[in-house]
Amino acid sequence: MTQIIVVTSGKGGVGKTTSSAAIATGLALKGHRTVVIDFDIGLRNLDLIMGCERRVVYDFVNVINGEANLNQALIKDKRCDKLYILPASQTRDKNALTQEGVGKVLSLLAEQFEYIICDSPAGIENGAMMALYYADLAIVTTNPEVSSVRDSDRIVGMLQSKSRRAEQGLEPVKELLLLTRYAPERVSSGEMLSVVDVEEILAIPLLGVIPESQSVLKASNSGVPVILDQESDAGIAYSDSVARLLGEELPFRFITEEKKGFLKRIFGN
Amino acid sequence: MGSPEFNVYRRKVDHFVKSKLGMYTPSLELKGASFTLSVLHIKHQDMERLTAELDNKLAIAPQFFIGAPLVINIELIKDPLFDLATLKTLLTSRQLVIVGITEAIPELMLQAKLLGLAVIKSGKQSQHHPQLPKTTKIIQQTIRSGQQIYAKGGDLIIIGAVGNGAEVIADGSIHVYGTLRGKAMAGAAGDKHAVIIAKKVEAELVSIAGQYWLTENLQQNGTTQGACIRLDGHILTADNLSL
Repeated sequence: MTQIIVVTSGKGGVGKTTSSAAIATGLALKGHRTVVIDFDIGLRNLDLIMGCERRVVYDFVNVINGEANLNQALIKDKRCDKLYILPASQTRDKNALTQEGVGKVLSLLAEQFEYIICDSPAGIENGAMMALYYADLAIVTTNPEVSSVRDSDRIVGMLQSKSRRAEQGLEPVKELLLLTRYAPERVSSGEMLSVVDVEEILAIPLLGVIPESQSVLKASNSGVPVILDQESDAGIAYSDSVARLLGEELPFRFITEEKKGFLKRIFGN
Repeated sequence: MGSPEFNVYRRKVDHFVKSKLGMYTPSLELKGASFTLSVLHIKHQDMERLTAELDNKLAIAPQFFIGAPLVINIELIKDPLFDLATLKTLLTSRQLVIVGITEAIPELMLQAKLLGLAVIKSGKQSQHHPQLPKTTKIIQQTIRSGQQIYAKGGDLIIIGAVGNGAEVIADGSIHVYGTLRGKAMAGAAGDKHAVIIAKKVEAELVSIAGQYWLTENLQQNGTTQGACIRLDGHILTADNLSL
């Protein structure tokens, strides 16, 4: 049974595309056939993060419009043979996505993939609505700050009222919280909301906490999903999150301030 | 818009305009009003027994009954030949004023009409269209930013939190079994007795029958934990509750 997962947030710049790329790669590394779709029509980014921008020939909108078939548009990842990318169109806008067209492509993908990851655009307009409409599970990506939390709350409300599952009265979309760009030392100094604060406001289960890390920017710029960098805390945190998504129970890491050792205190990092 | 409030307002405006135009020069007016009347229940049709018992009753407080308006309930009299005229003569002779009869069988209703007595339906009888009972709206989930819940004509109970940017509105009272962070408006149709009760109050706005408080008013009042917000006259007050 294929699971459709939307990575969404409402607010922009919180790490939806980074998380989509990392989680899709993580699932594929665990041996599951996975496709990640870029729903951000007109502002295509996923292909850059995945490092396949030079291989985009046909895109999602071409498939919806019948200008290309699905296999022509799917890009096979070079590092992981169970992972495929369906890129967005850069020359169109979000209105190119229709509920019917998206549904058709998703049902075709469901024939050959176990997991379909939908990388949602920011906002609550058509593009974001199309990305979440068919979802079975939503990964609500949130930064520990008030505006991001409020936008996430709005998106959870949308999931509960505007998704296919809500409209058809099926079992509701399962919502999981992914807290990104978390900096424990800024939480201790009161500059940032804590995990507990965000959990209390959003009232949805926690999937993972990704620490703020230089490695994320480095990975994005080099087109390698950060989960492949197992030296970095962000990469490890994404691996943990993928494991939890697959049902494992793991303790949360990187949520408390690291005790600096004697030498580090003297010489810094 | 067809809210009850609006309709009342429109009627008022309508009346005002017409009276200004000289379209209304009423010399009489028909208005409904309700009065409390004593009801005399006739449980037996033997006139002699009735006369004796009535005289006994009147002897206890003669002044009280003189000229007293009475409604006669003849629910238990099933005999179509019962003589209402004799009963009427008996009562008027004791200076009681009969306003009408109630709960009569059809034959006796006709008799009453011929005697010039009104046939009255008691309150519970005349409610052919009972008002719809007040309905309570219960929501068992957290209300998210951007969502709006309105309980028309009744109370609203939220088993969950109300997020920032969410709105909960009720014509009656609002109960939140969670943290109230958004806006809550109780008594939306003007009910000044409505209250807002929340397990934890961090609201953006609370309002009862149009009187409102913003976050800073709540903070000034020291309302952060469980509280009951109500109207005291025209002024909002908040009592802390330990829920």
